[in-house]
Amino acid sequence: MAITTPRAYAPDAVRRVLQRKKRDVRGRTFHVGLVATLLTSVAILVILMVDVVLDSLTVWETRSLGSFLTSQLSADPAVAGIAQALYGSIVLMIFTIAIAFPLGISAAIYLEEYARDTRFTRIINANIRNLAGVPSIVYGILGLALFVKALESITGPQVHGRSVISGGFTLGLLVLPIVIITTAEALRAVPGGIREAAYGVGATQWQMIRQHVFPVAAPGILTGTILSIGRAFGEAAPLLMVGGITTFFQAGDASIVEQLQGRFSALPVLVFSWVRFPQDEFRALTAALIIVMLVVLLLINATGIYLRNRYEKDL
Amino acid sequence: MTTEPTETIGLLAGSRPRQRRERVIRWFFLSAAATSILISAAIVLSLAGEAWTFISNVELASLTDIGWFPRRGAYDIGTIVVGTLLVAGIAMLVAAPLGLGAAIYLSEYADRRLRKVLKPALEILAGIPSVVLGYFALTFITPELLRRIFGSEVAGFNMLAAGVGVGILTIPLVASITEDSLRAVPNSLREASYGLGASRMRTSLRVVFPAAVSGVVASLIVAFSRAIGETMVVAIAAGAQGGSLFSVNALQPGQTMTAAMASLAIGSDRVRGADFAFQSLFFVGLLLFTMTLTLNVISERFVRRVRQRY
Amino acid sequence: MSQEREGVREMPTTETTRAAQDGGSRSGFGEQTHDRPLASRRMEVPDDKARIDDLNEHPVVIDVRDLNVFYGDFHAVKGVALQIRQNEITALIGPSGCGKSTVLRCFNRMNDLIDIARVEGEVLYHGVNLYDTAVDPIEVRRHVGMVFQKPNPFPKSIYDNISFGPRIAGYKGNMDDLVEQSLLRAALWDEVKDKLKESAYALSGGQQQRLCIARAIATNPDVVLMDEPCSALDPIATLRIEELMQELKADYTIIIVTHNMQQAARVSDRTAFFNVQVNEKGQRTGHLVEFGETGRIFTNPIEKATEDYITGRFG
Repeated sequence: MAITTPRAYAPDAVRRVLQRKKRDVRGRTFHVGLVATLLTSVAILVILMVDVVLDSLTVWETRSLGSFLTSQLSADPAVAGIAQALYGSIVLMIFTIAIAFPLGISAAIYLEEYARDTRFTRIINANIRNLAGVPSIVYGILGLALFVKALESITGPQVHGRSVISGGFTLGLLVLPIVIITTAEALRAVPGGIREAAYGVGATQWQMIRQHVFPVAAPGILTGTILSIGRAFGEAAPLLMVGGITTFFQAGDASIVEQLQGRFSALPVLVFSWVRFPQDEFRALTAALIIVMLVVLLLINATGIYLRNRYEKDL
Repeated sequence: MTTEPTETIGLLAGSRPRQRRERVIRWFFLSAAATSILISAAIVLSLAGEAWTFISNVELASLTDIGWFPRRGAYDIGTIVVGTLLVAGIAMLVAAPLGLGAAIYLSEYADRRLRKVLKPALEILAGIPSVVLGYFALTFITPELLRRIFGSEVAGFNMLAAGVGVGILTIPLVASITEDSLRAVPNSLREASYGLGASRMRTSLRVVFPAAVSGVVASLIVAFSRAIGETMVVAIAAGAQGGSLFSVNALQPGQTMTAAMASLAIGSDRVRGADFAFQSLFFVGLLLFTMTLTLNVISERFVRRVRQRY
Repeated sequence: MSQEREGVREMPTTETTRAAQDGGSRSGFGEQTHDRPLASRRMEVPDDKARIDDLNEHPVVIDVRDLNVFYGDFHAVKGVALQIRQNEITALIGPSGCGKSTVLRCFNRMNDLIDIARVEGEVLYHGVNLYDTAVDPIEVRRHVGMVFQKPNPFPKSIYDNISFGPRIAGYKGNMDDLVEQSLLRAALWDEVKDKLKESAYALSGGQQQRLCIARAIATNPDVVLMDEPCSALDPIATLRIEELMQELKADYTIIIVTHNMQQAARVSDRTAFFNVQVNEKGQRTGHLVEFGETGRIFTNPIEKATEDYITGRFG
């Protein structure tokens, strides 16, 4: 009976014990510490935003947004704009979508709907997970070796293959694993009952996928793919490797094909370029450019979330 | 209604063209999935070829030279590897406490309303492009923060600012993987702990965290791998475009593997594969690829351990 | 009067068996053979019944006054009043959703862990209201221990499982002895004494639950709450734990929630029957129907609902 000790059960004694709320100093400190870590991250975000906005003020004071967006690159900070970079980013996103979406969604459909659990399938899955973790600059090297050097004739003979086509393909490959993974998750989330019901009325596998599974998974797929566009939008390292230009160039009145096969820039690459100029005015221009980038990113992500909410409501 | 057996079979046999079409569709999707293997192969091939050219032709002595000056033929791998590890190490010093703390708070302390407000903040941080962090490191962290702490010792370009910038980028990664592992710990364990009269801190640290430790380790490894592979923050804020002497002084400029590759690529219009500066790019790329791949594979082992337990 | 009491004491065994057979046996195995050993044990202690009414031997430990529990706006448990006496086993029975687990969790403030739970009324523990604002719930739980439905040992060694509670309570004595004592009292020592450092997960389900009981009594609690402790166990393990409960009640006060009526009849001294009311909105509110000595409840219930439940007409 060693562990049961006689107790005093008078209400006062009990009350004293139960109300003995030790000033749990360690517990309180820990709690405060945890809150501090979270608030620090939030504070960093806020400080970053405020700093960028403040840095950019001189630009907005002296120029209009329109002029900033439509002027071409120039060594003179007073007239320099982001036109080519904006154009380049847009074209790059189109290429990225064109490459990563069909390929990625198809691959995910195979892995989730057709593939049996064989060694081959497991290898593909592991491979895709690894590809998702490869640093973006390595994709740049792949782009350099493949699109710039090997496929120079297609991607832009005039500029030794350092064209927006190369950039677009490279980004497409970069984003492909993410598209596959998010699409696969969206497909997995579709309840099995839907597939069974479709088979039950005699649908073929492709009919089931196209008419029953895909519509249900579409919002999730859409959101995932739009978020991956956002990721591609902010990448600079792979573009530097395939020739994203960091000096000046003129976007002349060349034809579309010539433009695609010509030199290119993109918004993140331009940040890298401008930030290295010592003049204060370029500091402000960089900050203004960053704000444009962040606004576009916000729009992309907001679109993704909005579309997801809208289609989920329709279901 | 009676039908002859052959007629019935005819009814049930299905249409040949339709079956053929289904097979074709299946092969189409299969080949899409198989391209992922092609991509991996392409990465390895594109790296290996030129890397081999580099390693077989370059003087081995230059691999342990005074520093990394590829255009002058000095290819001290040690410089850029140490630079990478230094920046990544600083990044982990920033990201680990902030990420782990945020994860423990969100998982064990915060109620539903608070989580709805705070989690998006982390997600926004995760979406900020690395060039923006590079700008922030160069124009804010160095002058406003580091110079205030360390004084004029701090160079305009330095590895410490870059490390902090990379760390900020990595916080959301640590936080999200860790939080997932913590939430995967069954609630019954928390109930058992609270039932014994444990405080929230005790329960979080002595019961929940140890149960989720594999996932936490996985998150740190993944974050470290990401930090190693980060290019733009270093390229912008750590300086050393042309090359760098071997240095462990974080307050001075330095070079990482990734920034070295970037600077080689940018300037390579002038260097037309004549000497081995260009090939060194691929060699470093292969090195980086191997490092990150190894780390990612190791982290997957840890994630699998978490799944096995529950 | 004692004659009546004798009569009442004898009948539970046969009456409950008959009642169980009428309404459909719940435990499904050898009702007859099972009941006999305990019945004869009871009859070997003829003055058991006298003890029950002697307040000095069994003072009221927990006095529940008008307890109401809300989840947000939803009224989950309504107006409960009962008294738990020391060194007795009190059973809370009733159909699913009747709030018996919710009431049990009020006795150690575990409902605090649920954001939207709100408790009104008084739960007097030795005269002190547990829900007084000055009372520290952590301190309460060191005096009112709990064993859960599904065994939930920590992923630690057997030794560390037991020592966890005392250690955080600041126990400075000989921990080895304390662990041994706890395991002895939980009838688990012989089975694990050579593998104290092994993982608790290596034990069988029944052993794990006895480990959880040992863990709960290691902190020397006054009251032990058990929330359907046998529902995840096989019949043999269940029997062992029921025997264990009878031994433990000499030193602790036990409150058990069970959906197994026969178990309540076998094991408990007092029984509280809860039922559920469905309102117009389809919300289910639990309330106490009847509370009294187990023998009487099962042979002479006052309320019709009680009689319907124990004869198996619903639930």
